[in-house]
Amino acid sequence: MRVKALTIRILRQMRRDKRTLALMIFAPLLVLTLVYFLLDSSTSTVNIAVVNAPESYVESLYENNTYPSYYAEDEARRALENEEVTAIVDMKSGKLYVALDGSNSTKSKMALSAIEVAKKASAPTRIDLKTEIDYVYGYEDLSMFDNMGAAFVGVLVFFFVFLIAGIAFLQERTTGTLEKLLSTPIKRWEIVLGYTCGYGIVTVIQSSVISLYVVYALDVMMIGSLWLVLLITLLTAIAALTLGILLSTAANNEFQMIQFIPVVIVPQIFLCGLFELSPTWDVVGHITPLYYVADALNEVMIKGSGIGEIWLDLAVISLCCAVFMTLNTILLKKYRRI
Amino acid sequence: MPNKTDCIIMKEVNKSFGDKQILKDINISVPCGSIYGLLGPSGCGKTTTVKIMSGILEASSGQTYVLGEQMPKLGLMNQIGYMAQSDALYMSLSAKENLEFFGKIYGIKETALQERILEVMEVVGLTKELNKTVQEYSGGMKRRLSLALSILHAPTILILDEPTVGIDPLLRQNIWKTLYEMTEKGTTIVVTTHVMDEAEKCTRLAMMREGLLIAIGTPAEIIKSSGKESLEQAFIHFGRGTEAATNES
Repeated sequence: MRVKALTIRILRQMRRDKRTLALMIFAPLLVLTLVYFLLDSSTSTVNIAVVNAPESYVESLYENNTYPSYYAEDEARRALENEEVTAIVDMKSGKLYVALDGSNSTKSKMALSAIEVAKKASAPTRIDLKTEIDYVYGYEDLSMFDNMGAAFVGVLVFFFVFLIAGIAFLQERTTGTLEKLLSTPIKRWEIVLGYTCGYGIVTVIQSSVISLYVVYALDVMMIGSLWLVLLITLLTAIAALTLGILLSTAANNEFQMIQFIPVVIVPQIFLCGLFELSPTWDVVGHITPLYYVADALNEVMIKGSGIGEIWLDLAVISLCCAVFMTLNTILLKKYRRI
Repeated sequence: MPNKTDCIIMKEVNKSFGDKQILKDINISVPCGSIYGLLGPSGCGKTTTVKIMSGILEASSGQTYVLGEQMPKLGLMNQIGYMAQSDALYMSLSAKENLEFFGKIYGIKETALQERILEVMEVVGLTKELNKTVQEYSGGMKRRLSLALSILHAPTILILDEPTVGIDPLLRQNIWKTLYEMTEKGTTIVVTTHVMDEAEKCTRLAMMREGLLIAIGTPAEIIKSSGKESLEQAFIHFGRGTEAATNES
């Protein structure tokens, strides 16, 4: 009842505050678009040479924005060398063998994505057999951007929700309404839960818009389930939300909240796996919530993993939320013991 | 132990923030149905005292009883209305939305709440401004809305921290009239002020200075015991006493 009242109040405030709402939803879209164009300026046609594959598979390749055509094996090699095609696909008893030109990360990713998606879509392929990929030029690691694209979604959601929820809770304190609220029979956990629900609903909208935009408008490599991506971004938002509220109790004004960005947000961005790290730093990365977010998003979007592969990531993020909320409830004792 | 005729009892209450002692041995008994005034300059500990009464703060030592039960107690907070010194309002919401929010926090049922909202807005004379956002309100209107919020759940005890600061004389008179009407219906009111003529309107008065109680009684009693002619002179008289005491020690 009281949690519901608090949730409704937050939503009403948010509806009036169009600017904040826009910042939460459109600012991440703007940043994502900029990053996309900066790192991914060369989108062009991707040709794929098919040595042997069923027609349904080739059609499926075509539907996934690539241009497949049949080649003889040696012709295909030459075409790849001359950069006429990005990949060669050869199917032998249901198993796919791919030779890939990895020098252009965007093109190779597009080709690879199409090859994987087509594999799932067409009947005679054996999904259980892993596709054999041979990088003729470049390496898998070269394809840094698409890796970043997935993790970037998590980073941006985390950043904006953290800031806005933190400042909102801070204002509750600086305007004296928290004190007024604490003069009522409301319990501390009800305040924390009310805030989480209120902003949680806003973040559902935000995560959906961002995920859909990234997948459909920016066309970032996306093999796995969109629902899983939505689930991950939503959990990310709730972790950011609870962390923001938690840290706002340690800030005295909005400016001090901004000061948390270089301390709390920036290191997480560097450590979460967005960039290649040395093994030592990779271990350090494991203590940041964003690491698990980036890992889960990469698994689903690039590798097409299901819930089975990412449940541990999801569990860690959920645990973070629970810990932050509990700490919040305890820290509110600073303002009223009972 | 607490008795039936006193709604609020504070016994040897001390309060410190870190090394700084804000309240020293405060003993106050607020009779039921009275308007009890806490008079003193800013920084004397009035706000801390009323926050302890309302259960937001806790004393470092000593006991506080409200309606016979020891504070702080969550279950009692439904019976206490608290109006803070600063207007604790959600600026982007309308007056109605503010009232609806706190009404639901107090657990008032929807139909009863809508009726009650109209009632309290009538009391503070803001019926016409019900659907305006608080941002559009003037300072005095915000103060009145704060008062409306603190009486929304019909509390038995109403604690007001400087309710009439920044309010014009006519409106101030109206608010006092409202307060008197409420005590007739059985509400007990504690009000802090640093204005002498307001203190005179209280049924009982506690004068405070630097965290100490310096005089207690009805306004008439206080003036009489000081041997002066007005409350202001009485306050100066008793205030000197504490100064001398602190200088000696």
